[in-house]
Amino acid sequence: MLSRTAQMLFWMSRYIERADATARLIEMGRRMAMLPTANAEWRSVARASGSAADLADDTKATSSDIILRLLLDAENQSSIRCCFAQARANAKAIRSSLTTAMWETLNDQWRLLETLDAEVGVGELPIWLDWAKQRAAAFRGACETSLLRNDGYIFLRLGELVERAEMTLRLLDVKYYVLLPETDVVGGGRDYHQWTSVLRATSALRAYHHVYRGDYTPWGIAEFLVLNPMFPRSAAYCYRTIDQRLNELASLYDGTRFECHDIAAAMVRRLDGCDIQTLFQSGLHEFIEDAIQATNRLSSEIARAYHFES
Amino acid sequence: MFDEMRPQSGGVRAPYDNIAAWLEATGEETLRRRQAEAEALFRRIGITFAVYGQGGDPERLIPFDLIPRVFGASEWRKLSRGVRQRARALNAFLYDVYHRAEIIKAGIVPEALVYQNEAFLPDMVGFDPPGKVYSHIVGVDVVRTDAVDFQVLEDNCRTPSGVSYMLENREIMMRMFPQLFASCAVEPIDEYPSQLMHTLQEVAPPACKGEPNIVILTPGPLNSAYYEHSFLADLMGVELVEPSDLFVDEGKVWMRTTRGPQRVDVIYRRIDDAYIDPLVFRPDSLLGVPGLFGAYRAGAVTLCSAPGAGIADDKAIYVFTPEMIRFYLGEEPVLKNVQTWRCSLADERDHVLANLKDLVVKRVHGSGGYGMLIGPKATKKQLADFRAQILAEPDDFIAQPTLDLSAAPTLCSDAIESRHVDFRPFCLVGKEVRLTPGGLTRVALTKGSLVVNSSQGGGVKDTWVLSD
Repeated sequence: MLSRTAQMLFWMSRYIERADATARLIEMGRRMAMLPTANAEWRSVARASGSAADLADDTKATSSDIILRLLLDAENQSSIRCCFAQARANAKAIRSSLTTAMWETLNDQWRLLETLDAEVGVGELPIWLDWAKQRAAAFRGACETSLLRNDGYIFLRLGELVERAEMTLRLLDVKYYVLLPETDVVGGGRDYHQWTSVLRATSALRAYHHVYRGDYTPWGIAEFLVLNPMFPRSAAYCYRTIDQRLNELASLYDGTRFECHDIAAAMVRRLDGCDIQTLFQSGLHEFIEDAIQATNRLSSEIARAYHFES
Repeated sequence: MFDEMRPQSGGVRAPYDNIAAWLEATGEETLRRRQAEAEALFRRIGITFAVYGQGGDPERLIPFDLIPRVFGASEWRKLSRGVRQRARALNAFLYDVYHRAEIIKAGIVPEALVYQNEAFLPDMVGFDPPGKVYSHIVGVDVVRTDAVDFQVLEDNCRTPSGVSYMLENREIMMRMFPQLFASCAVEPIDEYPSQLMHTLQEVAPPACKGEPNIVILTPGPLNSAYYEHSFLADLMGVELVEPSDLFVDEGKVWMRTTRGPQRVDVIYRRIDDAYIDPLVFRPDSLLGVPGLFGAYRAGAVTLCSAPGAGIADDKAIYVFTPEMIRFYLGEEPVLKNVQTWRCSLADERDHVLANLKDLVVKRVHGSGGYGMLIGPKATKKQLADFRAQILAEPDDFIAQPTLDLSAAPTLCSDAIESRHVDFRPFCLVGKEVRLTPGGLTRVALTKGSLVVNSSQGGGVKDTWVLSD
């Protein structure tokens, strides 16, 4: 397949995943903002998003500023609006590598956000966040049920998984202090919300319940998001799947393996041989920073191996 | 005016019998509702036509009219014979002007008109493209003014577009009105993509052994016909490449793939000559594939259409097509040319200037309905402007009588009314000459308008060829 096609597929699903993650992130902020003295929460949203980090330190920035930057800003390449626009532009550029079902999920209503009034957007925020999540879900569904399982499918999935791993890690990085054992003193109302906010931002609240039977502990939450291989937004799940996909790609490509294969395999080994106690002891923050770096390197090595631009 | 469905003599012309009954039975209101459904379908599938730099929606729909335009079987036989004949003659002409130029020596086509024409490419002289084919897809624009004759308005030998509308219009019609097809015996057109594929395979370079790797070369998503490029790539199962996906190494053409470089044998290019290869055509251009033309001349790859094929569809050359048919094929032309005055000739120019308000004036190198004067519809100022332009650069203009194009029933805002139409079939030339029974009917949606170009507010219709 054309290298450009691989690049477009990889980034198309990355953008969709980013739009989805950003919607959940804003949702978390919105929920936390309903609590008393929770203003700092919007700042951590800004920081976790990566694309609004400057607003996190700007004391004059309001919650609306942050929401608009992440939802509608035409200048912010990572805003939900831009993510969908870029995903569609990519799709259009490789239209013949997509199925009709996939194209239609991206082409349908794609201009809605372009004309959305800022005030209306903020006022009807839950509607638009749901809308974004539904678009993303429809796109994934269309891929899953209509796309041939060839190298194109693998590149598509890789983009999504790399983005997801990075988002989960970035979110943890912003909130890791919340999970540090020192803060585990009383588990009062505020802590409870802080912890659950991390789960909410990854749509993991219910799933966590199922696995841990209700008790929110920092250990449990960190373990769930980093190490639980069953939860599809955990770092462990993302990396295991990336590793599998890369192996499939290698077998499609005459067994040829590259640097990206080594990075993914090393990360899987590291996560497999790790328990949450050691992770906290050796420093959760350091681990997360490391993992984010590895994820970025992985992304550029995938591009290098298959001759496209990262 | 010749009305395709209801001639002035009364009644309904035979090919339209079923359509007339269907319109009657369906009723305007239902048709209008179905029309809206059809438009929603087009929008959802993403069949749009990009018009840039004019404000408004950059991705517009070409208006689709759901009342088909119909040819009877015998009408089609004649058209088909004429179009194939023309496609063969145009390719013979191209071979000739890039080799011995017999037609010039015979005094039929003036030398200056060929050799001083911008569309003539001296780099092509003496080169034999595979199968001696230059124009692999010939779009012939045909109009009719009466029940008997068809006239050719112009030929398109480079990269005629519109075939995706031919295919999609039919898809939509079949989806929306299956029962109509069941009763009408319409020739199918869905073989076109595989015929195009065969055509391209047949012209692979002789050096290519085994299955040729075929690609479609597009300028990219901003091109107005991009949808068509990706649509055809999809239907043929070939890669749609942009210039940056290709490179030339050691005289061979490669595309960048995830497995590394892969050889390319045939390029159906949908970009203009000027953007093929910056080394040859436009040193100032960043577009194109450096070295591509050299690889082509060395026989490492086939370009469809051949660079320089535009000399055959030049509007100044058009005048000579009937002579070409006689000269190369020894046949009488089946389709007529429209009478054409060349402003480069003093007496013809005088005639044009004296009758400007009755004529259509076209730029020799123009396309898409731009740079055109329709005398009877023009303002005094436009007439004066064109007069000045013709006097300043007479060689750049030709003129034709204002044709009273035939009209076909069309769903308009108030009622079903007749609107002027033209027709573009797509003739494929490889080792064989192939013509799908159908084509693109364009319709001028504005009452009385004769301009059918999609860039100027024209619409499209499904075109039916009835079987015997």
